[in-house]
Amino acid sequence: MKVIIIGGGPAGCEAAYRLANEGIQVDLIEKESTTGGHLNNWYQLFPDRKSAQEIGQLLRANLEHPNIRLHLNTEARNLQKTAAGRFSVLLSDQGLLEGDALLLTTGFKLFEAQRKEEYGYGIYNHVITSVELENLFSNHLLQLPEGKNPKRIGFIHCVGSRDEKIGNCHCSKLCCITAVKQAIEVREMLPEAEIFCFYMDMRMFGPGYEEMYREAQEKYNIKFVRGRLSEASETLDKQLVIKVEDTLIGKPLKMTLDLMVLMIGMEASEGSREAVRQLSLNQSPNGFIQSADPHYGTNRSNQKGIFLAGCSTAPMNLTDTLTDARSAACEIAAYLKQISSSK
Amino acid sequence: MYYDHFVLPFTIGLNVLIIFLIVKYIRWIRTFSRQEKKLILKGMFSVKTLKAIKETFLESLVHHKIFRTNPFLGYMHMCFALGWFLLIVMGKTESMVYHTSALNPPYFAIFFRYFHPANETFPYSNVFAFIMDLILLFILSGLFLALAKRISSRIVGLKKATRHRPLDLLILTVLWLIFPLRFLAESFTSGLRGGGSFLTHTAGDAFSTFLPLDALAYPAWWAYSSALGLFFLLLPFSRYMHIPTEIVYIFLKNWGIRQGKTFNAFSEIQVYSCSRCGICIDRCQLNTSLGLNDTQAVYFLKKIRHGRDYSVQQENCLMCGRCEASCPVDLRHNALRLSKRPDLIRITKDTYNYVKQLPFTPAKVAYFAGCMGHLTPGVIRAMRLLFQKAGVSYTFIDENGGVCCGRPMLLSGNQNAASVIVEKNKAILQASKAEILVTSCPICYKTFKEEYGLQMQVMHHTEYIDYLIQQHYLIPRPSEWRTVFHNPCELGRGSKVYAAPNRILQAVSQKINTPYDDENSLCCGGSLANTYISGAQRHRISTDALRIYTSYQPDVLVTACPLCKKTFAKKPDAIPVKDIAEIVAETC
Repeated sequence: MKVIIIGGGPAGCEAAYRLANEGIQVDLIEKESTTGGHLNNWYQLFPDRKSAQEIGQLLRANLEHPNIRLHLNTEARNLQKTAAGRFSVLLSDQGLLEGDALLLTTGFKLFEAQRKEEYGYGIYNHVITSVELENLFSNHLLQLPEGKNPKRIGFIHCVGSRDEKIGNCHCSKLCCITAVKQAIEVREMLPEAEIFCFYMDMRMFGPGYEEMYREAQEKYNIKFVRGRLSEASETLDKQLVIKVEDTLIGKPLKMTLDLMVLMIGMEASEGSREAVRQLSLNQSPNGFIQSADPHYGTNRSNQKGIFLAGCSTAPMNLTDTLTDARSAACEIAAYLKQISSSK
Repeated sequence: MYYDHFVLPFTIGLNVLIIFLIVKYIRWIRTFSRQEKKLILKGMFSVKTLKAIKETFLESLVHHKIFRTNPFLGYMHMCFALGWFLLIVMGKTESMVYHTSALNPPYFAIFFRYFHPANETFPYSNVFAFIMDLILLFILSGLFLALAKRISSRIVGLKKATRHRPLDLLILTVLWLIFPLRFLAESFTSGLRGGGSFLTHTAGDAFSTFLPLDALAYPAWWAYSSALGLFFLLLPFSRYMHIPTEIVYIFLKNWGIRQGKTFNAFSEIQVYSCSRCGICIDRCQLNTSLGLNDTQAVYFLKKIRHGRDYSVQQENCLMCGRCEASCPVDLRHNALRLSKRPDLIRITKDTYNYVKQLPFTPAKVAYFAGCMGHLTPGVIRAMRLLFQKAGVSYTFIDENGGVCCGRPMLLSGNQNAASVIVEKNKAILQASKAEILVTSCPICYKTFKEEYGLQMQVMHHTEYIDYLIQQHYLIPRPSEWRTVFHNPCELGRGSKVYAAPNRILQAVSQKINTPYDDENSLCCGGSLANTYISGAQRHRISTDALRIYTSYQPDVLVTACPLCKKTFAKKPDAIPVKDIAEIVAETC
């Protein structure tokens, strides 16, 4: 029995490891030169500030398993369901894989901040994304391009999420807690700076998140302003002027910032969209792959033998992604048992 | 005296119709304002009347605008209109030549073949007979196309044809019967007594071989006269009111009457002038992208005319003006729709007291980015660069905040609220003492030009950049980019700015010509005017428009409106969408 997994992010790695432990042969396809996906761009994880690289290495080490064949630098070009109900995957290196089940861990794509032009990403010098900030954390250097420390920093929540004007109605779930975590990290690096978060709602859904949010306010003196940024402009000395409404006091607000961090959301990845097209899968209105049932069939797709895990179906944090991957492994194992006994 | 009882249905019908029309038109025009009446009097004895006559000939008879939509459709409409007109004019001429008097009753010309003894010749009688047959054949060929259109409207290039009321279908049948009945009546008479020409004479001979023509000819004339009479009597209640009313509309329009902000008698005249040809249906992206088939201009006017509820239709319109650009009657669909939107919001001057007038240095050129302009800082950056390159000293009026131009309020029908905003903003603009006002937003541009009455020249940045290039203040180098231009609704069809952006793009890029250029450009879906459709539906319109533009495989899709640019940016992974100012800035 063999399973093909497309996407070597955390979900793909974890599912591969769990399936391999069950004695199932796994082909794991990853287009990049290393596994880990978006996790590789992260410095520390919320809520415990664990090193992201540590988790990445753990997941990678698990792949050293006799039942796992890892295809790095390889793209799945053509996905097909054969007449016998098996699956064939044509690879970019012209290899052809066959399997009894297919698991799509095609993950997500980060929202391109340029599309929200009024925030000035790519136009003004002092606008960065949350991912770029993680990168600065990794290098332990938080400075403006001119070499000075920023004195006032603003985090903008929901960039490309919950925004009908950009065509995305969904919540990306983890930007709120990421902003809280990043604001704390910035505070640790710049004790004197003023730090603001501009949010619509604070969605502290995970264990320890709410506590972290409270701590951010009480211990780290981070100011949370409920209001969506409307537009940003730049002064001659490259400072940012932002316009935002403080909806709690009902007044328009105008302030200058030295650095603005855009909490970019998640969208369905190109891989997920392509899989939907090639395998006739159901697609949610937000572009992610739709699972068979929102309660009991979260890892199943509308096609028999095709399974889903992680952010291919919806935005998820790392914790949920890994849980989802294990759940998918469990479903796939049961499925393979069922088809082998019916043969 | 030539007379027979069968002329009565025609004569009664015609007289009733004429009296009805005169009363109706006089009652409408009486409600016009004093100013409008003055305009009519002034225009009546001017060259404008000649223009109106020319337009009446081209639009009401030849229907030359419909030919642009589809030649077959144009031909069909021309057959009925021009054909019938020629039949009347030539028939009248023929009767006058025969009778040597202009004062014969109208029916004499119409039923000439009945009254004229065929053996009696008069000057050019053969020529007249030939021409009259030719015209009849011309009409019958149009009738054939009309029948084919009923079977499949695609034959004449319409994907969707108008849905008509039962009464309109009845009168349509009566209209269609008129010409075959005339053909039969003339043929039968010719078969009995001779006369006619290649069509009716030949047919008459053929009919005489197997039909009892002496029993059929007279009833055929009765039938022909009755069909005419019935058509005239039904006309006031049907869509065919457009035939006489369109002419009235053309004259009033040429004399200078305009559709204002309120729905008045001139609006009524437009409602009655709609022929319901249905050309607007295929042009409407609410139909082509969303399959909404009850909100196009034709249905909106139809609902007004017949007193139906049009509250959805009045809101469900993008006001992109695509229908207006293709309307063969040239009705002011946007203004009509707007005049029906209720004015609900009450605000006062004090509402905007919190807006402080920010200081700016006076200069000859004032730049106004507009609210939407501020949402596309890339455009502002490009404009700053261009001003600098061209060495223009300018003042950026709304750099630190400005007032809305008022257009969103206007488009939602809230004229009172809009006028308060306009006054507030006008004071700021005029305080700048600038000679030229350049704006990046076509929405502001149209409003400044039409609502403000400013003492300075208003230019959209496309016009201004074009001017700077023409005067060699800017010397852009041509690039290899292949570009498609999406002309924004408010700039192109809304303000008739077509040449400037085309010239600029030809100068700085390889502009690809598409069938969606100029007045045929699409709506991006971001329109401020539609408050009815959902975000998902808007998204579908944008996606479709983008797909059409990108099918010409440009490197860049260029527009000149911050709202269009933002709307197209909704779709990920699409080709780059840039403002024309950005393209020029990159090549300067």
